[in-house]
Amino acid sequence: MKCICDRQTDRGQARDPLTRPAPAEESAGAGHPLPQGGEGRCPLATATMELGLETRASPLAKTSEQLRILGQANGIPPFEEKMRTAGLDPLRAIGITVFQINVGKLCNQTCHHCHVDAGPDRKEVMTRETAELCIRALAKTEIPNVDVTGGAPELNPNFRWLVEQAVALGRHVMDRCNLSVLLLTGQADLADFLAQNRVEVIASLPYYREAQTDAQRGDGVFTKSISALRKLNELGYGQPESGLVLNLVHNPVGAFLPPTQQAIEAQFRRELEWRHGVVFNNLYTITNMPIGRFLEFLRASGNYDGYMRRLVNAFNPVAAAGVMCRTIISVGWDGALYDCDFNQMLGLPLGFGSLQHVREFDAALLDERRIATRNHCYGCTAGTGSSCGGSIT
Amino acid sequence: METYYHPGDLPKFAEVGAGNKELWEKFQTYYAAVFAEGALTEREKALIALGVAHAVQCPYCIDAYSQACLEKGSNIEEMTEAVHVACALRGGASLVHGVQMRNVVEKLSM
Repeated sequence: MKCICDRQTDRGQARDPLTRPAPAEESAGAGHPLPQGGEGRCPLATATMELGLETRASPLAKTSEQLRILGQANGIPPFEEKMRTAGLDPLRAIGITVFQINVGKLCNQTCHHCHVDAGPDRKEVMTRETAELCIRALAKTEIPNVDVTGGAPELNPNFRWLVEQAVALGRHVMDRCNLSVLLLTGQADLADFLAQNRVEVIASLPYYREAQTDAQRGDGVFTKSISALRKLNELGYGQPESGLVLNLVHNPVGAFLPPTQQAIEAQFRRELEWRHGVVFNNLYTITNMPIGRFLEFLRASGNYDGYMRRLVNAFNPVAAAGVMCRTIISVGWDGALYDCDFNQMLGLPLGFGSLQHVREFDAALLDERRIATRNHCYGCTAGTGSSCGGSIT
Repeated sequence: METYYHPGDLPKFAEVGAGNKELWEKFQTYYAAVFAEGALTEREKALIALGVAHAVQCPYCIDAYSQACLEKGSNIEEMTEAVHVACALRGGASLVHGVQMRNVVEKLSM
């Protein structure tokens, strides 16, 4: 097994380890041997990066363990019971408007809250064959939006092909970007590529201050993020009349709910423009889901029970009726289908007799499918609600 | 250890209403109106509340409004400044009574 990072460590070349991987056919076999059993780490990881759950062989790397913890009562009613009181059980889809593709877990960052447990040492990356199946499935539908996520989706060798194909089909394409990826040596032309293809950039920036952003996303990430935002602004992103959309994502740096979207957006706009000369279109607030590395943080800090109670007490039936899983289909790096990216990371595939893989994708069979839910779903229904497009209500 | 304050008591706040439902409901309505967005934002009001919580030294209020400030988008720097405002007012309130002290001393002294 080789790492897909394409770092040729055996030759001792001074190549930047986070350069854009070569095309799949060229990079096959070019990587270094992967560390096994959590004994080592991928040399892509810098000294300041922390290791993910998988590499540390944490018990939480197993989705079964995460589901077990989420299923523990602790005085919290099962999500389905709460939905019943809101007249929303069983929860069903109402037609797919977003085709979300998670192209893999490889990332140049190791954020503390990451629900994907992504990082430089992850080897799950969507192949060209699976990407082609995605485009074939998409072409059979009129789903208007394609949402590409990861990891850092841009590090997938098939990312640009996928974007170009989706654009050629006339779909609106969104890239969930961690910003720092735009500064990597091998990605110097990435921002231009995104602009040329009119890709909407949805960029993670949890806070407009360095301390909070770095506490969640790693040392130095805030400074890089601002540099990347300036680069996007120079290309027209976030500028009035350009049509190049730059949306930011705020999520709390800790075990609490996000503010109202409108209020925090105004703060971000004022602070980023005043302090850094950065502009953007909209800001989305996203609640941290109690899964993955954020679940680890909640438990290690003694906040798990309190956070779950906070989510349950803030249950909002209006937000519950508008949860994103009702209008989205999520494709995993291996082509498996899920109701959302969170279910994907918990290994909860489409259930209740629905299709399981993108190769057999049939939108008509999925439009009104029953959605798999567990207690992590409280994260999407709390307060003003939370989705990939920000607050729900 | 027995103490007068228990974190678990905060969620029981509404039980106080059992003794007089009408007054409790009036208080609740008033309280909600006070903290609603108005000439001041909800975030600004939460910061004021945090400062007052420290001035009146209410552990329940500090607990509640530390979280509320974060959930309104404030940060530790802003919250610390709010606490310093409370501190300055409490300290200043003591110090300004030094004028009384000086008045007394002036009257008594030759």
